[in-house]
Amino acid sequence: MSNTQIIADSFPALHQTIGDKRLVYLDSAATTQKPQCVIDAITSYYEHDNANIHRGVHTLSMRATTAYENARQSVANLLQASRKEEIIFVRGATEAINLVAQAFARPILSVGDEILITEMEHHSNIVPWQLVCEQTGASLKVAKVNDDGSLNIDSFKELLTEDTTIVAFAHVSNAIGTINPIREMCALAREVGAISVVDGAQAVGHIPVSMSDVDCDFYATSGHKMFGPTGIGCLYGKHALLEEMEPWQGGGDMILSVSFEETTWNNVPFKFEAGTPNIAGAIGLGAAVKWIESFGYDTMIQQEQELLAYGRDVLRSIEGVTLIGASEHNAGVIAFTVAGVHPHDVGTILDHEGVAIRTGNHCAEPLMRRFNLSATCRASICVYNTRKDLDHLGSAVQEAIRMLG
Amino acid sequence: MSDLRELYLEMVTDHAKNPRHRGKANPCDCIGTGNNPLCGDKIVVTVQLQNRIIESVKFDGEGCAISTASADLMAEVLIGKSVEEAKKIFKMFHELVAGEGTSDNLPNKLAVFSGVREFPMRVKCATLAWHTVIAALDGVEDVTTE
Repeated sequence: MSNTQIIADSFPALHQTIGDKRLVYLDSAATTQKPQCVIDAITSYYEHDNANIHRGVHTLSMRATTAYENARQSVANLLQASRKEEIIFVRGATEAINLVAQAFARPILSVGDEILITEMEHHSNIVPWQLVCEQTGASLKVAKVNDDGSLNIDSFKELLTEDTTIVAFAHVSNAIGTINPIREMCALAREVGAISVVDGAQAVGHIPVSMSDVDCDFYATSGHKMFGPTGIGCLYGKHALLEEMEPWQGGGDMILSVSFEETTWNNVPFKFEAGTPNIAGAIGLGAAVKWIESFGYDTMIQQEQELLAYGRDVLRSIEGVTLIGASEHNAGVIAFTVAGVHPHDVGTILDHEGVAIRTGNHCAEPLMRRFNLSATCRASICVYNTRKDLDHLGSAVQEAIRMLG
Repeated sequence: MSDLRELYLEMVTDHAKNPRHRGKANPCDCIGTGNNPLCGDKIVVTVQLQNRIIESVKFDGEGCAISTASADLMAEVLIGKSVEEAKKIFKMFHELVAGEGTSDNLPNKLAVFSGVREFPMRVKCATLAWHTVIAALDGVEDVTTE
């Protein structure tokens, strides 16, 4: 059995047909499929250990607490955080960024302060900053993207000034797959005394990232884009910053003592985890991290880069197909348009061929505008994909051209 | 699995590729802008009215084959209809594509959209121009399918 077959076998949802066609799943940038071990970890938690955490003295509660905290340790190890308290469980990358915007940025921002983002951001790394600008009078600056989809680093440097308080950018673009030089960008931010916030939603399931190496201040991740379940993600924050911050939601588990006169906050990270968290989700995410580690980023990168190059060739060879933002330093995301066929129609016709891709503006309207487009097609690659999948993509696109082009 | 040919009937692809009613009504008595934030489609519908009878409907903007063909065929069937008739037709058309009604009492040409009911994700494409024209007739300038 081939290596790729073994991988695909551990993802049960991949083994199905759409109509009479084999499912070809090329929408992993939207959400990855889940390996059996993740599904089993969640099931096992509910079947054997289900209890609330951090409070019960009974066995089940202790088991659940241990599993939940072990998951935090696993994420901390994967991200090479200096301690597990730097990992806060949240609903996803969106919530992580909102947490930083509201609990860190809002209290320190005022008129004259600037937040620097880039043109390639997902709406979830634009709108939270717009909200906080409205609340504080700070202003939003936007660094340009080059024609090939890479960040215009000169524009980034130019907009980074003494007035810049916060710099927020994607590690990997969700819409076109550009991998940004985040280490360099964080260093540039530090030079002007700005705090760096990295949106890592599209990165961690595909490429390794080390908090100690990148030296960012905050890093947001999304569980379901790295083989884990939906509704769970992490915010990494430097311990000293997290200590300084006030909580952003109040409730149980985030306090040490409560009286009507005075309430004392719990320690980091619990200060930011009010209420019963997504325990099963965290445990599932812990299992996903283990899966990534056992698979290994080296193999992952090698396979995905090989497939990216192959997929680009397949699409480039079709007359009428244009690749969008196909930068050299790219994750396995291929954005494209088909002459004369609207992306929505491409999506419907591809689905009929069993091929799942994403079409639309990919929650990145400003980036679409940058390329003078209202929508694109996006095929996103993951470790469980094969060359055969990309051949199917190619023939399905040709079918779309035959029907409507 | 629903058949794609039911969705992309020849009349649909023909009107998508060669729309007859693209442009701006002149004179323009009402105007509406429709957005489908999901796919980024945007449409501007303009109407020329005479005593509450639709003299001309034009549309402009970017859209998929379904939304373009729907806008074009909508323009075709609405010419000569009263504002009230237009609203009735929209109601029946919406029921048709949402799978809640039939094409029995609809102008013949709109029956080509019967296949949309098998593609729930595309109902918004088929109805964007309609939502927009009704809003324009009601004096509402911006609508969204969300």
